[in-house]
Amino acid sequence: MALRTFKIGGVHPPECKIAEHAAIEELGIPKRAIFPLGQSLGAPSVPIVKKGDMVKVGQLIAKGEAFISSNIHSSVSGKVFAVDDYLDASGYRKPSIIIDVEGDEWEEGIDRSPNLKRDFSLSKEEILNKIKEAGIVGMGGAAFPTHVKLTVPAGKKAECLIINAVECEPYLTADHRLMLEKGEEMLVGVSIIMRALEVSRAIIGIENNKKDAIQHLSESAKKFQGIKIMALKVKYPQGAEKQLVKAAINREIPSGKLPLEVGAVVTNAGTSLAVYEAVQKNKPLIDRIVTLTGKSVAKPSNFLVRNGSPVFMLIEAAGGLPEDTGKIISGGPMMGKAVTSTDIPVTKGTSGILLMTQKESKRVPVQNCIRCAKCTTACPMGLEPYYLAILSTNENYESLEKEGVMDCIECGSCHFTCPSGRPLLDTIRVGKNQVGKIIRNRNVR
Amino acid sequence: MNLLTISGSPHVHGKESVQKIMWGVVVAMIPLAVASVLFFGWNAVRVMIISVAACAILEWLIQKFIMKTPATVGDGSAVITGLLLAFNVPSNLDWWIIVIGAIIAIGVAKMSFGGLGKNPFNPALVGRVFLLISFPQQMTTWPKAKELIEQVPQAITAATSGATQAIEVVADATTGATPMGIIKGGLATGQDVSDVVAQLPDYVGSLIGQHGGSLGEISVIAILLGGIFMLFRKIITWHIPVSFLGSAFIFAGIMHLINPGLYIPPMYHLMFGGIMLGAVFMATDMATSPMSSWGQVVFGIGCGLLTMIIRLWGAYPEGVSFAILIMNAFVPLINRAFKPKRFGEKVK
Repeated sequence: MALRTFKIGGVHPPECKIAEHAAIEELGIPKRAIFPLGQSLGAPSVPIVKKGDMVKVGQLIAKGEAFISSNIHSSVSGKVFAVDDYLDASGYRKPSIIIDVEGDEWEEGIDRSPNLKRDFSLSKEEILNKIKEAGIVGMGGAAFPTHVKLTVPAGKKAECLIINAVECEPYLTADHRLMLEKGEEMLVGVSIIMRALEVSRAIIGIENNKKDAIQHLSESAKKFQGIKIMALKVKYPQGAEKQLVKAAINREIPSGKLPLEVGAVVTNAGTSLAVYEAVQKNKPLIDRIVTLTGKSVAKPSNFLVRNGSPVFMLIEAAGGLPEDTGKIISGGPMMGKAVTSTDIPVTKGTSGILLMTQKESKRVPVQNCIRCAKCTTACPMGLEPYYLAILSTNENYESLEKEGVMDCIECGSCHFTCPSGRPLLDTIRVGKNQVGKIIRNRNVR
Repeated sequence: MNLLTISGSPHVHGKESVQKIMWGVVVAMIPLAVASVLFFGWNAVRVMIISVAACAILEWLIQKFIMKTPATVGDGSAVITGLLLAFNVPSNLDWWIIVIGAIIAIGVAKMSFGGLGKNPFNPALVGRVFLLISFPQQMTTWPKAKELIEQVPQAITAATSGATQAIEVVADATTGATPMGIIKGGLATGQDVSDVVAQLPDYVGSLIGQHGGSLGEISVIAILLGGIFMLFRKIITWHIPVSFLGSAFIFAGIMHLINPGLYIPPMYHLMFGGIMLGAVFMATDMATSPMSSWGQVVFGIGCGLLTMIIRLWGAYPEGVSFAILIMNAFVPLINRAFKPKRFGEKVK
């Protein structure tokens, strides 16, 4: 049978999964750890420690008080150096908690043994509470608080859990290694999320370029009820929520709606592991797997990194910053963010750090649009990027909204595919921001 | 320490470029160029060189001295226009008429709108139609395809059917009417369809290009080779050629069924005249065709129907150029009316 995938659009960037055979290595403890307070979607967390306080590993240091917000725990032990602005991946200085590390003292009650634990006795409410307490957010990049996502509002019903293990971004291999090395833990996590959602069916979507992971998980999944491993045809952006739901269960999430609208809930592979650790091991979200890769990197690696560790630590551990580095990207090359410094910390949403050579960093020259329609063919949302870009340039926000600019998932397929090298997504993003503001103002009124 | 580049995502770019696409089209036209030289001899080379050189030099001059923008001749689009213009004229056309065609094509139809991608009408067709209207006699005096080459398809046809009369009829003169002209003229003077058909080259001969006509419109096989290459290279999609040729065929077929005494069998309409060249190389021009697949189908059908209407009832024997130009004018409207299906759009 032909492998499933989403129907509209999509592109095939070179996969470049050069770190796929590098086993996960523990990175070690940083000298200083930085925890930006706004590292999940929604309201920033509120710090509950102050300068001079002593903290332990796993200790709560900032609380998510708003409905959409999340707790932050320290990943190190030591003394709070400051609660102050610090440079993060956005390129701006943002409120952060900075901790100078002393020793490695853990909070009591955290199970650090490698033994697999399968205890499904907790109730739905207890599970959700543990997830909330542990500060778990979506680890694919968007960092949406998981407890909010898993709380099904009254009147809606979840039918199917879909685990996003697609990892369609080129270069990134963190989820791939996670599935190979911590596959069973992840499957326990999936089972727990199924309990929390009260669904009997889960589909783990994996692109077919990770055959070893598909095989390994298919074998392990026999020990779990209702979990199906689904190999998907390789096509970017399959890891986008709407595209993945379409590929896995052939349902189309309506414009502006969440997956729950079609009975689906999507969480990431890394998130499932974090749920396992939180619920079974009592360990809050304080570390994650991060791929450090790039064509000139001496030793492309997958590191288990304590949150708050500065990016230069990963670079040093992978053989140092290559001479020809021209661009450093947090995330993958399609949707990742170019960062301004190697001082920025790894946060809950950091899936990888990509070092691009100077040659790769330069964009191709921009030429006239030749109206080839390749952007229209590539857009996975069925939009017309060339037209959205024109409307954005003309500041015609009314038409821009009608043309569906808010549906744009910013996957970058249009810019990637444009023969004229036109910065379509840059332009559309500007217009989308404006339309977003207009819509918010309208809703307030 | 190097300075880091900061830019928005995506940070990688696909392999496609304007240059690769345009030169790809030029490569797709090689079979046709070779065929035209085989059939019309060195005169075909002369026409192509004059046309391409005039288009390229004009674009360069206009950018250098009028627009004062960087030269884009290297992207190959002027070469395409030059070749297409050459394919659309008879091989014995005077050099200065070709240059006038190039001036109209590049100067008026392309550069005055802002150059590459900004032209609403296919430049080569604008040039061609301008010449057709301004120099009707020179533009419709077609040399016959060369005798030397004739012997090959004749041998084939003789072996397969033995009927070579059709070719001999047309082979009499060094210049002569095109098949479309024979059809139009024959029917206009009250000849019966079967008599007219008897004057036409047979299928095999016309597939190879065994009849009079403009440089690039005679060899169906060479055009199809180029079309298959462009499909394979994803420069064009099937939508426009198939809907163009399909709608013309169906329309001609219906008319033939209604009155076989007045309308020739539909296959002849696909084999002769500029319809193959138009459907594969001209209507598919990216800049002047619609953006969505459905829009392209509508565009193709419009081209096919208009071509047939002009051919059957218009004053001209041939209607492809006019049909495409008229549909070019509809492209902005088609783009607004036929949009791609959006993800998550409510199904009615």
